[in-house]
Amino acid sequence: MRLFVNITLGGVAEGLIFSSVALGLVLIFRATNIINFAQGAMAMLTTFIAFSVLGKGVGYWPAFLVALACGLLLGGVVQLTLVRPVQNKPPLNAVIVTFGLLIFLEGIAGAIWGNTNRGFPAAFSQKGLVVGKTAVAFSHFDIFIVVAVLALSILVGVLFRFTTVGLRMRAAAFAPEAARLLGVRVGRLLTLGWALAAVAGALAGLLVAPTSVFSPGYMDLILVYAFTAAVLGGLDSPLGALVGGVITGLALAYVGGYLGGSLQPIGALVLLIVVLMIRPEGIFSQPTARRV
Amino acid sequence: MLEVENLSVAYGAVQALKGVSLRAETGSITAVLGANGAGKTTLLRAISGLVSTQTGTVRFGSRTLTGMPVERIVQSGVGHVPEGGLVITELTVAENLELGAAWRYGRRERARHLNEVYDLFPALKERSSQHASSLSGGERQMLAIGRAVVSHPSLLLLDEPSLGLAPIITANLMAVLLELTRQEDLTVLLVEQNARSALSIANWAVVINLGTVVVSDRAETVAADSDLRHHYLGF
Repeated sequence: MRLFVNITLGGVAEGLIFSSVALGLVLIFRATNIINFAQGAMAMLTTFIAFSVLGKGVGYWPAFLVALACGLLLGGVVQLTLVRPVQNKPPLNAVIVTFGLLIFLEGIAGAIWGNTNRGFPAAFSQKGLVVGKTAVAFSHFDIFIVVAVLALSILVGVLFRFTTVGLRMRAAAFAPEAARLLGVRVGRLLTLGWALAAVAGALAGLLVAPTSVFSPGYMDLILVYAFTAAVLGGLDSPLGALVGGVITGLALAYVGGYLGGSLQPIGALVLLIVVLMIRPEGIFSQPTARRV
Repeated sequence: MLEVENLSVAYGAVQALKGVSLRAETGSITAVLGANGAGKTTLLRAISGLVSTQTGTVRFGSRTLTGMPVERIVQSGVGHVPEGGLVITELTVAENLELGAAWRYGRRERARHLNEVYDLFPALKERSSQHASSLSGGERQMLAIGRAVVSHPSLLLLDEPSLGLAPIITANLMAVLLELTRQEDLTVLLVEQNARSALSIANWAVVINLGTVVVSDRAETVAADSDLRHHYLGF
């Protein structure tokens, strides 16, 4: 029982990290119908920037904010310079561009910071909390993960649901031509969508780094799991990304906890196949809204 | 006044418009008539910037619209109700209208302008919080028109608003259009296959065939010309 509780708690925290990467994938996919294979690599870059800022001795929180701000900037710049030219081209063009960006960013990071495994500090203690007299596998840092990802999700939800910018973003994603005829500057909103997605990614990068080895490729596997989560939730539903992330996190935690950690990638693959067989549109997607 | 001069548009090898010129007077309804594929939709799409033109200019009032991006054209007071309405089915009725008003009015003013639309089309008020996907064909067309007029445009481009609607609903829509034109000093370009109902409210009529203007005259004159009706208008 204690093992089960510990595995579950760990799965939730891990899953919420997948959620934040998946949220980025979903924000981009529903706005532009593109899967951003560089989502993890962009997060890696902003986290390495935070690492360098930390090295200057400014403390954790300024570095944290710098990473998020760099994410915002990086997402916007990537959309304007690389994605916009392939926006209305065959889908493979965008795949090649974002995949190329992944390789490029990891190469650049390797050249600047080296391909060695490093450690990245956590914002809070990673020691398990003590409940009653027993220590559980859930730390202050895990609480921070939960709070940060939920706060981000709520912010995104409020933005989409209750603000004019959010209304415009939804319109631009669902019906770009109709939106333009209503005076919506669709191009700008796509840039903003990429920028927000990269902020979600940057947050994920900062949350993952302390829990794993920190090297230019450290987000690769996370991206695979986040992609599983996004497909599970329905690729165009932000709420689906959140829930899909937690489900993926739990599934992987149980596989890792009971069957062995080396089976986790296969577990993700099995989960993906099962979802695509049973409910290919995902849990939260509206099939009618899907553009083909 | 809307002035279109020598407008040409091609889709690849297909020449959709070949040097079309026309004028639409302020405060009047100009019906653009013609068979399927005559170039009527293309004409509207060229005016609102959705397709790029090969030659020609579009001027509205003192402004040249040619070459401006769609959003800027819309923001200079051009409302375009595209074929089939293109209401955004994933948004609610009220959100569709909000979007139409948002480029022009702040949050507070919007409520007032939404109410004006609800006065024009009471059916929309009852359904304001429902998703547009739940609307009937007639209600969708009302929403599409409401969404374009909520920002009080000076030029309204309407692409087949009667398509697929029952005659009584079409008649109601036409009555609302007539009212809007009179109240607001609106210039309307009304593309219709249903020439009879368009001519019943239009002041002017332009008949297009295979991308060129065949006739441009007062609506009564066009309606009275039986040869023209038989050849191009099918009634």
